[in-house]
Amino acid sequence: MLALFLSAAILMMLSASPLDAFSLILSGAFGSWAKLAYVMTAWAPVLLCSAGLLITFAAGLWNIGIEGQVVMGAVFATGLMRILQDSVPPSAVLMLAALAGLSGGALWGMLVGGLRRYGNVNEIFGGLGLNFIAGSLTVYLVLGPWKRPGIGSTSGTEPFPPSLWLPPFRDFQASPIEIILGLIAIASVAIALRGTHFGLQLRAIGKNVKAAFLKGIAVDRNIFLSFGLCGALAGLTGWILIVGTSARHNLYPLISSGYGYLAILVVLLANLKALWSVPISFFFAAISMGSLQLPLQRQLDSSLGGVIQGMLVLSILVIHGIRSRWLRREG
Amino acid sequence: MNYSEHSLSFVFFLSSMKVELRDIQKYFGPVHANDGVTLTVEPGTLHGLLGENGAGKSTLMKVLSGFLSPDRGEILLDGKVVRFHSPTEAVALGVGMLHQDPLDFPALRVIDNFLLGSPREFLLDRKRHKSRLNELADRFGFRFDPEARVFDLSIGERQQLEIVRLLALGANVLILDEPTTAISAQQRENLFDALYQLTKEGKTVIFVSHKLGEVKSLCSKVTVLAHGKVTGEAATDCPTEELVKMMFGQALTVGKRCEMNLGEPILELQDLTLSDWRLEVKGLSLKVRAGEVVGFAGLEGSGQELFLRGCAGLLKPSTGRIRIAHQDMTGRPYRDFIEAGVGYMPAGRLEEGLIEGMTLAEHMALTERNPPFFIDWAMTEEKTSQRIEAFNIKGQPTTLVEGLSGGNQQRTLLSLLPPQPKLLLMEHPTRGLDMESTEYIWRLLQARTQQGTAILFTSSDPEELLDRSDHILIFFAGKVRMMDTCGASLFHLGELIGGKGFE
Repeated sequence: MLALFLSAAILMMLSASPLDAFSLILSGAFGSWAKLAYVMTAWAPVLLCSAGLLITFAAGLWNIGIEGQVVMGAVFATGLMRILQDSVPPSAVLMLAALAGLSGGALWGMLVGGLRRYGNVNEIFGGLGLNFIAGSLTVYLVLGPWKRPGIGSTSGTEPFPPSLWLPPFRDFQASPIEIILGLIAIASVAIALRGTHFGLQLRAIGKNVKAAFLKGIAVDRNIFLSFGLCGALAGLTGWILIVGTSARHNLYPLISSGYGYLAILVVLLANLKALWSVPISFFFAAISMGSLQLPLQRQLDSSLGGVIQGMLVLSILVIHGIRSRWLRREG
Repeated sequence: MNYSEHSLSFVFFLSSMKVELRDIQKYFGPVHANDGVTLTVEPGTLHGLLGENGAGKSTLMKVLSGFLSPDRGEILLDGKVVRFHSPTEAVALGVGMLHQDPLDFPALRVIDNFLLGSPREFLLDRKRHKSRLNELADRFGFRFDPEARVFDLSIGERQQLEIVRLLALGANVLILDEPTTAISAQQRENLFDALYQLTKEGKTVIFVSHKLGEVKSLCSKVTVLAHGKVTGEAATDCPTEELVKMMFGQALTVGKRCEMNLGEPILELQDLTLSDWRLEVKGLSLKVRAGEVVGFAGLEGSGQELFLRGCAGLLKPSTGRIRIAHQDMTGRPYRDFIEAGVGYMPAGRLEEGLIEGMTLAEHMALTERNPPFFIDWAMTEEKTSQRIEAFNIKGQPTTLVEGLSGGNQQRTLLSLLPPQPKLLLMEHPTRGLDMESTEYIWRLLQARTQQGTAILFTSSDPEELLDRSDHILIFFAGKVRMMDTCGASLFHLGELIGGKGFE
C-alpha cells in the first residue's frame, strides 16, 4: 500500500493521473494475448535468476554479479551456436547451447567465489567488476570478431535463423519451455534448500558462518558451489535471451536487460521464500512489460515501472525493519 | 577560545581529581555484576582494584568510564554527582579508560589514532599535533613514529598511545584494565614508570588487576572485589594472605579428585608454541590421558583460548607437535580433528555454538557425518527427540535454539557432540548457569569421562576448577604452570592465579 501511495505521489508530481497510469500498465500487461505472451517471456528469465539467487542468498551471499553471469551464458551459447549451426541439426544445437550457457554462467559465478576465497574480494565488488568485464566483452565481440558482415554496429551480431528459436505454442508468442524451465528451477531450489543436506548447510552458513564452520561444514566448498549453481541458472537465462521465442536471437550489448537485478528485488521481496518468488516475479514481469505502454500512450517514461518496483521493495523492507525494531523493543 | 591554548591548559596545569562511587548496582539479565559497590579513590594516588575473573571489576570500571550506565548508584567527581551517557562525556569530564584489548584503529596511522576523538577541527594541523604527540610521549618516556601504522605496533606500544591520547583529551583519572596481560617485561617497567610519573603530576590512576604482586608493588591502596561486592580495602603493605582471602573468601574448598584411574594418553603436546595478534604461549608440553579432566585457570585472555583452539585444530601451532590418540595431527585441518574424535565447545553459545533461526532438528541434521543427499526428516526428528530426552532439554525438535534458556542451550550443545568423543575441549561449560544446570552438565560430562573421554575446560570459577579437575593449568600472561588438585586448597589455587611463582 505504501508503495502504491508513493508511486502515486511521484506520478502526481509528474502531473499525470496515477489511476490512469496504473490502468495503462495493467492493460499493457494483460490487454491482449500478445501482451500476455510478452509478459511470459519476461517472466521466465526473472524466475530462473530468482531461483539462482535463492541459493546464494540462503548462504548469505550478495551475488550482484548475476548480471554478468547472464551475459556470459548468452556469450557462450552464441559462440557455440555460431560454430555448430551449419553442421549439427538445430535441436541438438539448441540443447548443446543450453549446456554452454549453463557452463558460461557457472564459470563466471565461480570466478566471483574464487575472487572471494583466494583474493579476499567481497562478492559484491567482485561481481560488479565481472559484470563490467562481461559487458565489455559483448561490445568487443559484437564490434569485432562476431560483427555482422559488412557493417559493424552495436545493435548486435547476425540474428540466428528461426530454426534455432524455441518454438512458440501455436500463436502464443512465448515458448512453454521457458516458463517450465523457470518453474522447475524454482521448485528444485525450494526442495534442495529444505530437504537436502547441501541446502541445510548453505542455510547454516548464511545464518552463522562461525558456528557452521565449527560444526565441521565445508564452508568454502559450499560457498563456491552456490556461486556456481546460481551462475549456471543465470547462464541458462542468457541462453533463453538468445533463443527465446520473443528474443532478438542475437548477441547484443546489455543483453541481460537488468533481469538479474530485478530478480534480486524479487527475492528480497519474497523474504528468501522460494514459493513466494513465483507470483512476485510474475507480478514484476507484468509491471516491467506493462509500463512499456506508458511512453506510447502518454508522455511518460517507461522507467516508471522500475520506480514502482523499487518503491515496492523499499517500502516492504522499511516496514520489515521497523517491525523487527518494534518487536525487539517489546521483547 | 584558541584551541592550542585550550589544549595546553589541560595538559600542563593539572588538577587532581577525587573519585567516589556510591552503591553502584549493575545487572546483566539475571547476573548481578555489581552489587552495591562503594569506593573512594583519593586524588593523585595509584589505587589498585583487585579481584578474580567475574568479580565485577571491569563492569565497575566501565560504569565509571561511561561505557555502561549503572542500574542504580551514583558517581562523584571531586564531590559533584555526574552522569555520563557515553565514554566521550566521561573523557570530557576527566575520566579515561584503557581497555584490556586496545580499542584503537589498527589500519590507521599513529597520529590519526591520536587525533580521534579530539575536539573537532575542520582542517587538521597535522604538524602541530605531531609535535604535541611527541612532547607528551617524551614526558612519559614513550617513543612513537607518528606515521607508523598501528597494526605494526606491539600491544604495549598501543597502550602507550592510548594513554597519551586520553591525556591529550584531558583525562585526569586514568583507568587501566589488566594492562599487563599481553606486554613484555620491559614494556611493563616502562608502563609502571609512566604511571608513577602520572601520579607525580597529580593524576589519579586506577589499576585493575588480578595480579597480587603487581598491585602490591605499584599501588598505595587496594580495594578487593568478589562476586560483585567490595570484600575488603587495605593499604598494599598488608600481607598477601589477607588479600588472597579477600579475593577468594574463607571457604576451605579442597580438591577431592584423587583416585586416578586413567587410561591411554589421548592428547600429547610437545613443545607447542601458539600465538595470535596479542599473545604468545611458548613451549607447552602436556600429556592428557583417557578419562582425565584438566581445568584451565587464570585471567581470561592469558592464553587459555589459544591453547584450546590449538588443541581443536583451529589454530596452527608455530612450533611443536600435537598427537591425538597416538596420531600426529600437527598442522592438519580442523575437519581431521573432528574425525579424530575431538569435540570443541566455544563459549559463545549463540555466537559460535548454535545457529540462531534454526531448530533443534535442523541442528541435529547438520551434525550428521557423510550424510546422504536428501535429509530424512522423520528419522532426524526421532533422533532429536531421543537426545532431548537423554539430555533433559526443555524443548521440541521444532523449537528454535534462541528460544531456549542458557542451560538448555548448553545441554543442546552437549547433545550435538558425537556420542563417544575422545577429547572434549570446552570454554566455560557452565558460565551463566544456575546450580542445578551446572550440576546436571557435570554429571553428563563425568559420565563421559567414565567411558574414557578426556576433558579440557576453562572456567573462571576457582571452586569449580578444584572440584571437577584432576589437574589445573594456571595461565598467567602466556606462561603456564600445572597444579595437582588432590588435596590442594582454594587458597593455594588463588595464590597461583594471582601470579605466585610466575615472576
